[in-house]
Amino acid sequence: MLPDKLQLEIVTPNRLLLKEEVDELQIPGKNGYLGILPGHAPLISELQIGEISYRQDEAVHYLSVAWGYCEVLPDRVIVLAETAEKAEEIDVNRALAAKERAEKRLADLQNPELDFNRAMISLQRALIRLQVSNKQVGALQ
Amino acid sequence: MANVLDIRRRIRSVRNTQQITKAMKMVSAAKLRRAQERVFSARPYANKILEVLNSLVTRSENKRHPLLEERGDQRIQLVVVTADKGLCGAFNTNIIKAAQAFIDENQDKRLSLNCVGRKGRDFFRKRPTPLANEFVNIFSKLEYAHARAIASQLMEEFAAQKLDAIYLVYNEFKSVVQQRIRVERLLPIQRLKPSPEETLIDYIYEQPPEEIFNDLIPKHVEVQVYRALLESAAAEHGARMTAMDAATNNAVDMIDSLTLTMNRARQAGITREIIEIVGGAAALE
Repeated sequence: MLPDKLQLEIVTPNRLLLKEEVDELQIPGKNGYLGILPGHAPLISELQIGEISYRQDEAVHYLSVAWGYCEVLPDRVIVLAETAEKAEEIDVNRALAAKERAEKRLADLQNPELDFNRAMISLQRALIRLQVSNKQVGALQ
Repeated sequence: MANVLDIRRRIRSVRNTQQITKAMKMVSAAKLRRAQERVFSARPYANKILEVLNSLVTRSENKRHPLLEERGDQRIQLVVVTADKGLCGAFNTNIIKAAQAFIDENQDKRLSLNCVGRKGRDFFRKRPTPLANEFVNIFSKLEYAHARAIASQLMEEFAAQKLDAIYLVYNEFKSVVQQRIRVERLLPIQRLKPSPEETLIDYIYEQPPEEIFNDLIPKHVEVQVYRALLESAAAEHGARMTAMDAATNNAVDMIDSLTLTMNRARQAGITREIIEIVGGAAALE
C-alpha cells in the first residue's frame, strides 16, 4: 500500500531545521525542479540553490536552500543542506546587502581578482533568499 | 603570629578572586549549554552524510578519489585543536601533551603542525616542529565557515600531494566533567564500510553516483572538522566550569582557614593585653 504522507526532514550542520509530515513537495534538483509525492521511487539527487516548497493540506510553505543533497524514499524525504532557511526566517536586509555586493563585484569585469563563479553564486543565493522571503505561508496556487 | 590587619586584607583579596571564579563558572555553564546543543544538532547532518556515502560506496564502481588515496605516511600534518583561552584546568595541557607524544612517536617522518586555538599555537611556536598553519580566535564565534576554511585548506594540500596524511587531535566532549582526548586520522579517509541493508534499496540517481560521491567526500571532511571544533568548544566550557568550580571551593576553604587564623590572632592579642593589664595591676599592689 502506498503511504499517503511524506516525512520531510531538513538537516543543516547547525540544526535539524524541519521535521514534518507533508503531502507534497518540490525540491530544486541539480537538473531541475523535482516534484515529489508520497510513494515516490527511491532517489538520490544533488540540489542547487533554489527554493523548496512543501504542502500540508492547503497550506504551502517555502524555504530557501543553497547546495545540498536529498534522499527520497517512498515515505520519507531527507534533505541535507549546507544552509537552509524558512521563508519567515530570512534576513531580508542581509540578503539585499549581499545582492548589492555581488552585483558590484560582477559589474567590475576588468578586475583581475574577480572570482566570477563565486560572485555569481552569492548573487544567486541572495536572489533566491529574496524570492523566497516574499512568499510567506500561502494557499495553494 | 601574623598581624590581624594583614590577614583581613588577604581575606578580602581571596574573596574578590572567588567572586571572579564564581562568575566565570556561571558564564561557562551558560556557554556550555549552548555549545552542547550545537554538538547534538550537528550530529544528524554528520550521520546522514556518512550514511549516504556508505550507501554510495556499495554502488559506485569508481572508488578512486584523491582524498581516499593511501600514500603511506611520510609527510604528516597534525591538527591540534586547543582553546583560545586558559583558565580551564588541564584542558590545554592535556592536548599539548598528547600532541607532543604524537610528535615524539613520529620523529622519523616529516611532520608539520596546524594549530587551531591560540594556546596550542603559543606553545608550539617556540618548538622545533614547523608550524604550517594556524587558526586563532575562532572559538568565541564558531561557525561552519571556519570549519570549511580549515578543511578546504587541508584538502587542497592533501590533493596536491604535499601531505600524505592528516591527523586531528582534539578534546572530545564526553560529559560536563569529563573530556577525552582523541587522535583521529582525517585524511586519507578511512575505508568506508558498505552497509549491507542499504543495498536492498535501488535508488534512482539524478546524477551519476560518482559525481555525487565526489561532491560528498569534501563535505564529509568539512563536517568531521566542524564536529571536532564543536566538541572541543563544548569540552573547553565543561573543563572551565569544573576548574572554576574547584577554584571557588578552594577560595571558600581558604577564607575559612584564614578567618580562623585571624580570630586566633585577635584572641591572642586580647589575651596578651589582659595579661599585661593584670600583670601591671599586680605589680602595683
